[in-house]
Amino acid sequence: MSLVEPATQPGHLGRLIRSELALVFRRRRNQALLAVLAGPPALIGIAVKVSAPPPGAGPDFLGQVTGNGLFLVYTALSVCLPLFLPLAIGVVAGDSIAGEANIGTLRYLLTVPVGRGRLLAVKALAVLAYSAAALAMVAVSGLITGAILFGIHPLTLLSGDTVSVGSGVLRTLGVIAYVTFALTGLVALGLFISTLTEGPIAAMAATVAVTIIVEVLDAVPQLGASRQWLFTHNWLGFGELLRLQINFGTLLTWSALQLGYIAIFGSLAWARFTTKDITS
Amino acid sequence: MTQGVPDIGGGALAVASEGLTRRFGHQVAVDQVSLRVPVGAVYGFLGPNGSGKTTTIRMLLGLISAHEGSIHLLGSAMPRSAALVLPSVGALIEGPAFHPYLTGADNLRRLDAADRTANPHSSSERIAESLSRVGLSAAASKRYRQYSLGMKQRLGIAAALLQPRKLLILDEPTNGLDPQGTREVRHLIRSLAADGATILVSSHLLAEVEQVATHVGIMSAGRLISQGTLTEVLAGAEPRLLLFTNATGPAQHVLSRLGLSDVLAGLGKGTVTANMCGHGVDEITRALVNADVPVLGISQTRPALEDLFVSLTGEGFDVAS
Ligand SMILES: Nc1ncnc2c1ncn2[C@@H]1O[C@H](COP(=O)(O)OP(=O)(O)OP(=O)(O)O)[C@@H](O)[C@H]1O
Ligand SMILES: [Mg+2]
Repeated sequence: MSLVEPATQPGHLGRLIRSELALVFRRRRNQALLAVLAGPPALIGIAVKVSAPPPGAGPDFLGQVTGNGLFLVYTALSVCLPLFLPLAIGVVAGDSIAGEANIGTLRYLLTVPVGRGRLLAVKALAVLAYSAAALAMVAVSGLITGAILFGIHPLTLLSGDTVSVGSGVLRTLGVIAYVTFALTGLVALGLFISTLTEGPIAAMAATVAVTIIVEVLDAVPQLGASRQWLFTHNWLGFGELLRLQINFGTLLTWSALQLGYIAIFGSLAWARFTTKDITS
Repeated sequence: MTQGVPDIGGGALAVASEGLTRRFGHQVAVDQVSLRVPVGAVYGFLGPNGSGKTTTIRMLLGLISAHEGSIHLLGSAMPRSAALVLPSVGALIEGPAFHPYLTGADNLRRLDAADRTANPHSSSERIAESLSRVGLSAAASKRYRQYSLGMKQRLGIAAALLQPRKLLILDEPTNGLDPQGTREVRHLIRSLAADGATILVSSHLLAEVEQVATHVGIMSAGRLISQGTLTEVLAGAEPRLLLFTNATGPAQHVLSRLGLSDVLAGLGKGTVTANMCGHGVDEITRALVNADVPVLGISQTRPALEDLFVSLTGEGFDVAS
């Protein structure tokens, strides 16, 4: 009665990925979180329009917003990166495995069967996509509000030089790409925590709590240079892309740090999930 | 037949476990269980609450690890050959579980999308067919959270039927079903078996199991205490005496003195039942007649599966732990 290896259908991985993306993006809660992320950039834009801030006050780049709507994108990212974005990403990442374990669908996926490593990889991909969508939401909301209220003009860089609108938009895309990558460590952390428990709320809370604790540590000067190893440390480093001479070496080093976190939390998540007893 | 697969009585085994053991802390939830489910059998997997049925099923499907023992499903070792074996296995494990905010059909589509052996072109067709097989066609586009208990259960069964299966492992498939649903599941099991599938079904509805099962295994406190064809297992049970008399009191006295056990008077109907304990009907009749007890009718009855179950696993209502 020995079985023959069942034929694998072409395109099966793409089908699973699409199913996973639909699960994440069609869920009302996740859509609501994305919608909420459009709020802060618009609010900041309106507030600045109503009363221009005194020079040097408020978050990074706020002072330049009145002169150029592009700066609203950077201001919005500076405002959303510490809390709003980790919150949205933490919810989706924490829910990824623990949510399915909680309602019991995990046991049915695994007996379909979906290989555990494959499921973890597809889950990671979907959370990454959500993370990118969250960032795009903030950026697009900032860009549209900025364009309407202040117009898009040639970009005056931090060094004082001015580049064309085209080059400014290109640099802004670079900023979004950099920040998307800078958040991959957080995605890996959330995924790992999600493999530890059958409680999605616990996994979400733990992911966000760990991020906030790390950010608090990052703000303690006594910790000195060791803070550069924290995964949140370079989140706001996207200003590097707004210099005339972009130091790609620095950006690569910072990105390598995220790769390190992906490797660590990714292996931990894999080790945990592939050996875990599914008792829910 | 793959080498090294246990094979008893000449037939191949669809499910074979050897000394399967699983502990939770210091509690032994499953203790040296050696299942033998022949190909083509409908195997009733019975046992009181907490006796280890679901834990065994989880190990068979590779969801939890075994601490001791080995498993072969359809001739291949589990969990090592899960990718090879599980596409041919449909399972319902400890009740249905689906995404509450997706419709019934979308939930099945999700499971189908996860199956790398499933043909995407026939997906809609297969989903519609399995929904219709469990009578859920009308509720296909209703969200799962709006399903009733029995509808949820039916969707669980539909998921197990998305593909043609060689083996179905159904943990309490009739839980929460109405009488029609229970009947339908019985017919479904028969028709799947007629198509050549092997079915391992755990259930507490012993009368249902007695109607469909060819084999049974009875679990008690983590151990498999009885296993075989239904006839074999029932033959191992103590036959019971059924006596019709209008003097139940004296009759009970005589039967007890003779050494019969578990002597019970029927409820007001002039009947007495007892375990025969090796005594023949003729011997018992003589003893009753000698004691001037009127014998209006006397016979030996085959015990129902339920009686056997209770005699093997105990009368107590409290769960063992
Ligand atoms: N995840 C777990 N952690 C600790 N103990 C567990 C776990 N799962 C099951 N058990 C214990 O293992 C024993 C067997 O449980 P199991 O669910 O296998 O019983 P069952 O035969 O399926 O019962 P039922 O008829 O009620 O479904 C029980 O005593 C239970 O408490
Ligand atoms: Mg059970």
